[in-house]
Amino acid sequence: MALDDRRHSLTEERLSSMTVPDVGCTAEARQAALARLRSMGLPQGRDEYWKFTKPDTLVQPDAPKAALFVDDEAPLFDNVDRLKIVFVDGVYSPELSDPFELEGVQVDRLEDVCCTDDHWAEDLYGVLEARGQTPVARPLAALNTAYAGDGVTIRVTGQPSKPINLIYTHKSETSDVFLHHVVRVESGAEATILETGPAAARFNKCMEIEIADGGALHHIRAQGRDHERRAVTHMFARLGEESTFKSFTLTANGVLTRNECVVELTGDNAVAHVAGACVGDGDFHHDDTVFITHDAVNCESRQVFKKVLRNGATGVFQGKILVQPGAQKTDGYQISQSLLLDGDSEFLAKPELEIYADDVACSHGSTSGAIDEEALFYLRARGVPNAIATDLLTLAFLAEAVEEIESEALRDDINTRLEAWLERRRG
Amino acid sequence: MLEIKGLKVDLEEEEKSILKGVDLTVEAGKVHAIMGPNGSGKSTLSYVLSGKDGYEVTGGGATLEGEDVLEMEPEERAAAGLFLAFQYPVEIPGVGNMTFLRTALNAQRKARGEEEMSATDFLKMVREKAKSLKIDADMLKRPVNVGFSGGEKKRNEILQMAVLEPKMCILDETDSGLDVDAMKLVAQGVNALRDQGRGFLVITHYQRLLDHIKPDVVHIMADGRIVKTGGPDLALEVENNGYADILAEVA
Repeated sequence: MALDDRRHSLTEERLSSMTVPDVGCTAEARQAALARLRSMGLPQGRDEYWKFTKPDTLVQPDAPKAALFVDDEAPLFDNVDRLKIVFVDGVYSPELSDPFELEGVQVDRLEDVCCTDDHWAEDLYGVLEARGQTPVARPLAALNTAYAGDGVTIRVTGQPSKPINLIYTHKSETSDVFLHHVVRVESGAEATILETGPAAARFNKCMEIEIADGGALHHIRAQGRDHERRAVTHMFARLGEESTFKSFTLTANGVLTRNECVVELTGDNAVAHVAGACVGDGDFHHDDTVFITHDAVNCESRQVFKKVLRNGATGVFQGKILVQPGAQKTDGYQISQSLLLDGDSEFLAKPELEIYADDVACSHGSTSGAIDEEALFYLRARGVPNAIATDLLTLAFLAEAVEEIESEALRDDINTRLEAWLERRRG
Repeated sequence: MLEIKGLKVDLEEEEKSILKGVDLTVEAGKVHAIMGPNGSGKSTLSYVLSGKDGYEVTGGGATLEGEDVLEMEPEERAAAGLFLAFQYPVEIPGVGNMTFLRTALNAQRKARGEEEMSATDFLKMVREKAKSLKIDADMLKRPVNVGFSGGEKKRNEILQMAVLEPKMCILDETDSGLDVDAMKLVAQGVNALRDQGRGFLVITHYQRLLDHIKPDVVHIMADGRIVKTGGPDLALEVENNGYADILAEVA
């Protein structure tokens, strides 16, 4: 179907200033992505999945300026032994990174993925993204596949002794960054990938993840505290038999964040948990768009999203569970909740279930509420000042999402960070 | 310790008068009991004293060691030494019992200009006090009151009281929902604190609790006023004859 004029010109206007980079042997995949993008066109506000989040600033040719944020906190996971891979405004920095040496993992820079070596990632780059374009179009992910200038490929073959931390630093007020990572967890292998930092004034990131039978991937992300940054991220995960994928995202600040997560459970007994906790204050718009497809027997999926909003902050949740014919014994759970600390903030939720199998258990819930006055009075009556009591209840509200992090050490790190943020906000 | 003078209170939303001039003085080291029929204003008195929203003071006042408590925020009243053991302790999912207790204790200490207690000292102190109330480690670890039985919730209230060491304790129907053994434990907890010169205001429907916590003074409250004050015998009279006789007598 031909695009309407406006979408066509919007798309071409954006593409006219960009060149498809010549990175590794991804040329074919990039051209295919470009063709996909041209057939879909870039998103507009009237599109079904963009009604709650204005795509304009993500689509326009130039990235809106984002002032640099002076973060005087110690970096997250500072005390965790990890393999650091650092990108500065979207460019890999060998000086700041650790050498790609970790037993059980093969890491390569995207540009080193060469056809002649028959690199494993060739078969994945853009492939899962393309699969994730139906039934819902995700044009900004296709844009990423076509134009991503950097990224890494991570192949997990064993049980690496420490997590891999992708660290995204932001040094330029106008940086407009595309990063694309490809991850494959081999059969029986298990790893943890951490992502931290704001990355850019405008950040478009795509991560394709394939988990083979019996593999497991833990993903924990913190999106940085820069107030003015914008980000659109996509995760496309395909899970084999008995495999596990657990992802958690922490977001504080950022004028606009859209995190899309597309998961396909293609092998029996696979488990996917996707969770997010966000704390938004003022000019803050945070959107979690999740699509989980059950296409095998006896798989479990959980979506747990919690948002704390105040001073006019907006939270969006669009979550779907699709159960394909034959995906019997599906156990699907979805909860999205917001804690509105004042009357100016807004939470928009669109939970969706689409089920074509008859022996499944799927539940979903969405709530929006204020601080529990009874609990608040109880705490205050014991001497806890109002502001601290509110923070305690805020942390308690977020706990269900944070508890999705399996590692106690990493969970503690996230909790400590959250506490510090809340404390700082109290002044 | 606690001095209430001519206290008049309306329900904010309904413009309904609940307390119609309460006079009551609790001295240090003394236990005062308030009994009275349903709807007489007993629980309202406890909420107004502890600072719950939804009430409007239309007359009179209340002081704790000479300080006007009604002017203070709930947390300031707590730091000043006022404690309410809730009739219905609130469940707070996601907030650990220990975190809650420690935050409360240290916030009070901070407000009074005292040094905060270290995690180790705190743990030791709480474990000791919990033991005497038969509160096990598991209960301390769980979120505040979540999944607690009625008796466990009330014991948890007394544990908080023991940890926070308030000067003036108000017990709002702490005996409701307690079996005999739990009541004895609660009473022991109260009696242990009583010996240290603290004031108590025990709100109850029944004489039963007063067998274990011997009151010095018993007040009968009806229709927003203290209508009769006497010694421990007054509670027995209520137990035997109900409120009707007393109310008829003062009417």
